[in-house]
Amino acid sequence: MRATIQSDAPSVEAQSLTKVYGHGNTEVVAMRDASFQVRRGEVVALLGPSGAGKSTLLTAVGLVNPPTSGRITISGCPVLDGPRPLVNLRAFRRKYIGFVFQKANLIPFLSALENVQVAMEINDAPARKARKRALELLDYLGIADRWHGLPSTLSGGQQQRVAVARALANNPSLILADEPTAALDSHRGRQVMELFRMVAHEHKAGVIVVTHDHRALDVFDRILEMEDGTLRPPTTG
Amino acid sequence: MNLAIRDIRHKLSRFLLTALGIGLLLMIVMGMAGIYQGFTEDALSFLNRAQADLWIVQKATRGPFAEISRIPWDLEDRAYAVTGVAEARAFVTQIIQREYQGKPLRLVVQGLAWPRDDGSELPLMAGRALGQAHYEMIADRSLGLRLDDRVPLGKDIYTVVGITAGMAGPTGDGFAFFTIPDAIAIQYDTPGEAIRLEREARRSRLHRQDLGNTQPLLLERAAGPASQLPALGTQYVSAIMVNVEPGVDPARVAKVISGWSDVTVYSNGLQQELMLKSIERNRKQLGMFRTLLVIISAIIMSLILYTLTLDKVHDIAVLKLMGARNRTVVALILQEALLLGALGYGLAYGIGLWVYPYFPRRVAITNTILVQLAVIVVAISIISSLLGIWKAMSVQPNEVLA
Repeated sequence: MRATIQSDAPSVEAQSLTKVYGHGNTEVVAMRDASFQVRRGEVVALLGPSGAGKSTLLTAVGLVNPPTSGRITISGCPVLDGPRPLVNLRAFRRKYIGFVFQKANLIPFLSALENVQVAMEINDAPARKARKRALELLDYLGIADRWHGLPSTLSGGQQQRVAVARALANNPSLILADEPTAALDSHRGRQVMELFRMVAHEHKAGVIVVTHDHRALDVFDRILEMEDGTLRPPTTG
Repeated sequence: MNLAIRDIRHKLSRFLLTALGIGLLLMIVMGMAGIYQGFTEDALSFLNRAQADLWIVQKATRGPFAEISRIPWDLEDRAYAVTGVAEARAFVTQIIQREYQGKPLRLVVQGLAWPRDDGSELPLMAGRALGQAHYEMIADRSLGLRLDDRVPLGKDIYTVVGITAGMAGPTGDGFAFFTIPDAIAIQYDTPGEAIRLEREARRSRLHRQDLGNTQPLLLERAAGPASQLPALGTQYVSAIMVNVEPGVDPARVAKVISGWSDVTVYSNGLQQELMLKSIERNRKQLGMFRTLLVIISAIIMSLILYTLTLDKVHDIAVLKLMGARNRTVVALILQEALLLGALGYGLAYGIGLWVYPYFPRRVAITNTILVQLAVIVVAISIISSLLGIWKAMSVQPNEVLA
């Protein structure tokens, strides 16, 4: 099934997403009837206490952990109808979604540069072009001098910046970040948040960031709050 | 970007140690094949070198390479007399074990029809061919003898005048070449006391008969050397090798000789077949060990590759989360498996070249063996990576979040 995206469509639309784990007596509803929309170029914060269902929402929208019911449309392309995929999810993730997590999750046997480069090569980018862009991204994030270092030789902050560079590598239309600044100092954390904002605006990508860092909430265009698996009515940032 | 190369580079020492282990295992597989090949080559080496068209052996036996065969030496002359025969040579062979310089010396005594065959066509690596009718020998290198060594065998001492390479019998014992009379003397060597007792017994038997009492001269003869007694004087050899004249069909000559009621005649091909049959059980044994080793190697490689894959489960999940295709993940595991197999193969060959010469039996590594093993290694690498690939395919991208 060929995925066709529309450049003027919202970055992501979620309709009545519900995620149920287990069944019968062990049934747990992790997300209930969550509907929202993130426009292109919009940076949205997702707040909520632990266990509120933020990660469930993020992984559902990231096409990693499909919802039990509900519908997800990314850039105008319907991708999930409940647990049923409407496109090749892996190929879709590869092209249109970037991830940043609390742990950098870098591949330990690749250098900083290669960790960024591999994301593009997986997406069929020519090696030379991928390398050039990877270097540009590392430079942009202030770690160009450590391009050759293996993840084990980088600090936590440096690793996270490499992870951000990797998420940006393919110019995705949707970037999902799960507490990406948790391992960074406030200055670098804010830099990353502002970077997300810049990417969102420059590349017309929608960005959803799960965060507990209330100091940088002014960076966001909108704030979504979750509690007990349910999205609260939206507030503006 | 080749992920397999980068992963290997990251854990190079571990990869090299693993490859060394696999290499040693493959070296044993290769060695088994080499021993198997050496076994066959050794068994056939003399037959191939002798290039006889026909072998005349003792009636109803399978020839000297399969069992004891004794025929009179003068049968050589009878064979010569057959129309179409260009050459008939006596063949003497026997495995003996003696003590030399305080160590056991086990050798295959082989008679050469000197002076027609002085051993100059043997693969001599040092020294020369037999230069006289007696008391010289050519020894294979595997016997550990050196030029000019003087080896006492029977009642005589033989000087090593030549050293051959790669001449071993079916049992793996090295060949030693003598003139036929010397080989017979070694083969039928009897202690002096036994000869004296035999002569006395012979004289006693004759004494009890009228013939001995009426002809005292016979009593004197009976107490003398056996070679001077016409009835006992025939010397025996193991076989007679026959070569036919150019253009003559060996089958036609064989048909004539097979009409003789005291011998059996075989073509060289049939003799080879009988020789191989006589060592069939040993060859099968080696073949089965080799098969088992291949299976064991495959299992061990599977476990190693599975463990290597388990180490990368998180990285594979990250790759899948980023949207890597299955072929990217499969290539990572398969390429590592093939590189591991290739390096193991190279190490097996390198270490084998160094170690095999110290094996008690000849290890003959041929190009066929090398190609066969290469194919086996590729097959093992692919098969053993399947377990790892299966594991990798079952990894879910959301395991990154765990």
